[in-house]
Amino acid sequence: MKVLSHETLPLRQPEDVVLVRNKVRNWMQEEGYRLIAQTRLATAVSELARNALDYGGGGVARLEKVQNGSREGIRVVIEDRGPGIADVEQAMRDGYTTGSGMGLGLGGARRLVDEFEIWSQPGQGTRVTIVQWR
Amino acid sequence: MEKIPILKLGDLLLVSIQVDMHDRLALALQDDLTGQVVKHKARGVLIDISALEIVDSFIGRMLSNIAAMTRTLGAETVVVGMRPAVAITIVELGMALNDVHTALNVEKGIALLESLIREREAVEAHEGPQP
Ligand SMILES: Nc1ncnc2c1ncn2[C@@H]1O[C@H](COP(=O)(O)OP(=O)(O)OP(=O)(O)O)[C@@H](O)[C@H]1O
Ligand SMILES: [Mg+2]
Repeated sequence: MKVLSHETLPLRQPEDVVLVRNKVRNWMQEEGYRLIAQTRLATAVSELARNALDYGGGGVARLEKVQNGSREGIRVVIEDRGPGIADVEQAMRDGYTTGSGMGLGLGGARRLVDEFEIWSQPGQGTRVTIVQWR
Repeated sequence: MEKIPILKLGDLLLVSIQVDMHDRLALALQDDLTGQVVKHKARGVLIDISALEIVDSFIGRMLSNIAAMTRTLGAETVVVGMRPAVAITIVELGMALNDVHTALNVEKGIALLESLIREREAVEAHEGPQP
């Protein structure tokens, strides 16, 4: 997969979650992605960015325009160096939360995007990579 | 601090969310609205979300919370103007928002609120005033 361009944004406060999800939407709007694709990816990014902030103690979001053969897409990598997740499978399950949420963020984000990959290591942090194809 | 304005119209409170909702702002609106319902003894709350391009689990939860809390305080809540793409992503996220009344636009929302309020008043007249 070729990265055509990229941008990295910090996730330090609630306003940053808004900035990142808006940037994703703006990129996709400019590139002529369907409205529903824009809405899905921006919503997934919002969930993952909030997790990085609330559970990971903050992190970064890397936005990439990518190309795979003739296919174009937007990839977003959201990463933190927080406590990590001991049981990823459990965390992915709808309704599982250790906070005051609904436990829908991870499972919901996976349903909203074309590709979803999560890496997490207790004591090291969490990284979620998502892709929406055109 | 930025704040989302709440308009009072008779016994209704009207909110139009015109800014990007970050989490702190959503919590502030929730507190503000419940406070105003009590202060003005409002019977209905109308929330216009037509400007919201996304509704994630946090904003969805805020809408549910507002509906549940205002109901306890004697007011019905109706959410209007949800964009079709937002409606789709809410379902895909796994949020039902079953407990939240919705209507297409402000006009239909006010009509729905009025009928919900009448229903409630009929029940209250029958059962005596609610605690
Ligand atoms: N970046 C992270 N670092 C550490 N733990 C995380 C991270 N992301 C998620 N988790 C853990 O996984 C659980 C489930 O996350 P998920 O986003 O699905 O639900 P939630 O954040 O608890 O609630 P919701 O997203 O519905 O508000 C969290 O409660 C938390 O324990
Ligand atoms: Mg979450």
